[in-house]
Amino acid sequence: MPARYDQEPILKVEHMKQYFKVNSSFTVKAVDDVSFDIYPGETYGLVGESGSGKTTIGRGIIRLYDPTDGKITFKGADITGKLDKATFQLLRTKMQMIFQDPMASLNPRKKIGDIIGEGLDIHKMYSTKEERKQKIDRILAMVGLAAEHYDRYPYQFSGGQRQRVGIARALILNPELIIADECISALDVSIQAQVVNLMKDIQEETGAAYLFIAHDLSMVKYISDRIGVLHLGRMLETGTTEEIFSNPLHPYTRSLLSAIPSPDPRTEKGRTALEYDYASSGLDYDQGQLTLIEGTHYVHGTAQEIEAWKKETSGV
Amino acid sequence: MADKILDIRNLDITFSTTAGPVHAIRGVNMDLERGETVAIVGESGSGKSVVMKTVMGILAGNAVINSGEIIFRYKEDDGSTQEVDILKKDKKWIRRNINGRKISMIFQDPMTSLDPTMTIGKQLMEGMIMHLKMSSKEAAERAVQLLGEVGITEPSRRMKQYPHQLSGGMRQRVVIAMAISCNPDLLICDEPTTALDVTIQAKILELIKKLQKDHGISVIYITHDLGVVAKVADYVNVMYAGKIVEVGNIEEIFYEPRHPYTWGLLSAMPDLETDDSRLYTIPGSPPNLLHEVKGDAFAPRNQYALKIDSIAEPPMFKITDTHYAATWLLDPRAPKVEMPQELRRRIERMRKEVKEDAGKI
Amino acid sequence: MSEKAFNTALTPSQQGTEVLAYTPKDEDFVFDTSIDINIDQNYASVGFWKGVFTRFFKSIRAVIGLVIIVVCIIFALIGPHMNRYGYSDIQSVYDEETGKEITARSLPPRIPWLHRLMTGEDYEDEFADCTFLFGTDSLGRDLWTRVWYGARVSLLIAFVTIFIDMIVGMSFGLISGYFGGVADNLMQRFVEVATFMPKGIGLVIVALLLTEWIGMSKIARAEMLKNKEQEYIMASRTLGARSGRIIFIDILPNTIGPIITQMMFSIPTAIFTEAFLSFVGVGIMLPQCSIGSLIEDGFNNITTLPYQIVPPIVVLALLMLAFNFVGDGLREALAPRIEDM
Repeated sequence: MPARYDQEPILKVEHMKQYFKVNSSFTVKAVDDVSFDIYPGETYGLVGESGSGKTTIGRGIIRLYDPTDGKITFKGADITGKLDKATFQLLRTKMQMIFQDPMASLNPRKKIGDIIGEGLDIHKMYSTKEERKQKIDRILAMVGLAAEHYDRYPYQFSGGQRQRVGIARALILNPELIIADECISALDVSIQAQVVNLMKDIQEETGAAYLFIAHDLSMVKYISDRIGVLHLGRMLETGTTEEIFSNPLHPYTRSLLSAIPSPDPRTEKGRTALEYDYASSGLDYDQGQLTLIEGTHYVHGTAQEIEAWKKETSGV
Repeated sequence: MADKILDIRNLDITFSTTAGPVHAIRGVNMDLERGETVAIVGESGSGKSVVMKTVMGILAGNAVINSGEIIFRYKEDDGSTQEVDILKKDKKWIRRNINGRKISMIFQDPMTSLDPTMTIGKQLMEGMIMHLKMSSKEAAERAVQLLGEVGITEPSRRMKQYPHQLSGGMRQRVVIAMAISCNPDLLICDEPTTALDVTIQAKILELIKKLQKDHGISVIYITHDLGVVAKVADYVNVMYAGKIVEVGNIEEIFYEPRHPYTWGLLSAMPDLETDDSRLYTIPGSPPNLLHEVKGDAFAPRNQYALKIDSIAEPPMFKITDTHYAATWLLDPRAPKVEMPQELRRRIERMRKEVKEDAGKI
Repeated sequence: MSEKAFNTALTPSQQGTEVLAYTPKDEDFVFDTSIDINIDQNYASVGFWKGVFTRFFKSIRAVIGLVIIVVCIIFALIGPHMNRYGYSDIQSVYDEETGKEITARSLPPRIPWLHRLMTGEDYEDEFADCTFLFGTDSLGRDLWTRVWYGARVSLLIAFVTIFIDMIVGMSFGLISGYFGGVADNLMQRFVEVATFMPKGIGLVIVALLLTEWIGMSKIARAEMLKNKEQEYIMASRTLGARSGRIIFIDILPNTIGPIITQMMFSIPTAIFTEAFLSFVGVGIMLPQCSIGSLIEDGFNNITTLPYQIVPPIVVLALLMLAFNFVGDGLREALAPRIEDM
């Protein structure tokens, strides 16, 4: 099922801010005025290095944190501030998360079946034990695990297998939005591709939308319809995957693109990655603003900066 | 005759764990010529790190070496060449004469090799004073020079700083400086860039490459990332479940892979040009070596598995003088199997580019 | 790389795995369709507790401790019944001539057959046929019976209080650690006040109950703080789990290891506290006895009848040592670790 852009966005993030007070005189602005939408069935890739605020955004949206400011709307309901019962129920069933660390994200003392079935247990979504088992077995098969794995414990599995259990757990409540928080970065490259393929198959089957958070662009290209590039808590560039890959404007985006390795030893041996250092770049994120380039392509910067970048990139 | 610096023969290691014996290394052969770069590629649990820990003599206490020899040939300070079997030497001797001196190692997380309570300069000088018997003044001069060489700005000021005052990339540069400080013959890099931000990774690899050339060091990379391999390696060993399943020079592995596992590894790696919406991948997960393997360990994940795979272990079939693969598909009696379409298309495209480039010149 | 290098590689690995004496036949070279590669069958067949047991039994100290505890418990159970003396019975005989009662007061340990073997003579007093392994106390009661009866009382007190303390302390610590902030602050101040509470005026159990849960709650709180930031707890929260479920269903099973270890360390403390209270005379009522009250009795006569204090002190020392050994062993065995490779 392709993304359904004719419908209302399933998630709207408007001017989200997340500040963490370290002490009375120092506040970390982990996320600073970030806005984006996700449409039903769409995959939005959020990319940035460590400390860019990408994980904080994911956790703020699913309300593991309480965002400092901004408005987040999920399926038409405001999910910021205090939640009423119906909204809480909506948020906790229709939005789910896949976590980063396959070792830490599964309860070590619980059986795989019970980990996957936790959502069913919490929301009492079965009438008989057989029905529960049936539902869990179906999800196990969907993520490519054997029915015998039901009674095993997390430590008996490899990283990739555990991540599939994490996906199964998120899937059991039939969510419409799944936040995948760097869910492949702890895995071997070969297993990363496996998990990305699995997520695509699931999207095909269930029509769920993804917020796919990652620290590099290589896998993001394969899964995302649109991409947002994040740095130091700001959205620097956003657009369709095509727009970002064919016409990257912001120097940070370009450095991320140049960092994608090639499977061809001849080109790879000659590849040099562009360096990007905010301190010495001469840029001041406070001065610029998100500016429309064309279509859905936005870049953060002042008018002069953007003009300069356009010249640099068209010259190549 | 070729000048082989490292020669691993028939290495076989079992770990005794509370869960039972884990047969982690099942007969590994590998060699490395002086000045060359070889990469060992494999998923986590394939045993690639175990092999290198054995070379360094830093295996965990519960390891039992069933068989094998590791011949290491290094240059003494007077220029003569020494030859030792590392497996026959005790840990103390290796620590004093080999580790940090003739063989250095760079780990994934630079903080594991740095002492947070000591200044950069002191840590850098320590090895040189101990191994090379330098005076502290000489060592300090050399340390400043080394820091400059690994691309650290204002080296004399950095000497007095502590590891936490540096960024991740800078720390890894310091670790590299430490690794080459005693002029080692061999450098082992265990996922040296995985913990770093992507924009810095290539820079670090380029640095290691440059130092290798300048100092004539042989390098072994341990990685799961074929992007790293493509960038740095001359030869590639593909490892699976404690065995080397395919070995060849870089072009053979990337342009003419013969083992289905290598096919999977290669096509799982995304690249900018292909527009396939799906990547061909290896299904399933690596076997747990707690359970003894019968036949070909890769068979349960191999879409081209033959009946023979579950009966007998495939030998290394020779393809060229440098290219070998352990799969029954190479047996003359086996049905003819081509690599997956996606991969074939990609390789054809890459080869065409090469031809075009050649045509331009 | 030279060709020669691979001569050895051309045969299937000769070491470790057995060499299959198998010559492939033509019909082996067809596709194997019996495996469904899309379903992943892998897992390691190893249990968590199996690993714990193996590691625990590898430690000699822990095993010695365990053996001592088991032996002490067995003797505490059957020791008092191994002879015909009751723990409060004063052993006496009536002198047939005078009709006077002669009690077996303060007799040193005696084993008639051993005495005969060593000296060739029998005891010559009224209790010549009686065996008193540890001797008798100043009232004429059999010390063997009393020591094991006392051990039974002491162990019972220890186990009961520690069990209750575990429930109380663990809940307190988990809740305080989970909610953090004001609740945690208040609850931790309460812990500090309770720490200074004077120990038992009278009832040993109450005294122990009031103090021993604190250590438990501290451990439980530390475990909670460690676990609640883990991703698996975040996962439960995003699934809509409420606090009660997270504390008692998700986190509690993960704290069992450290709690058991803490219990092992608390038991000797409880035994010792009980012994101390009984020793200063505020514990067990006569004619009941515990290890502590026996030591007190023995201490009163230490100058004249030193053998009376030895058995209870040895049992106390053994128990304390053994529980500490076992606690250490458990802490080691339960420590989460990835097997070194």
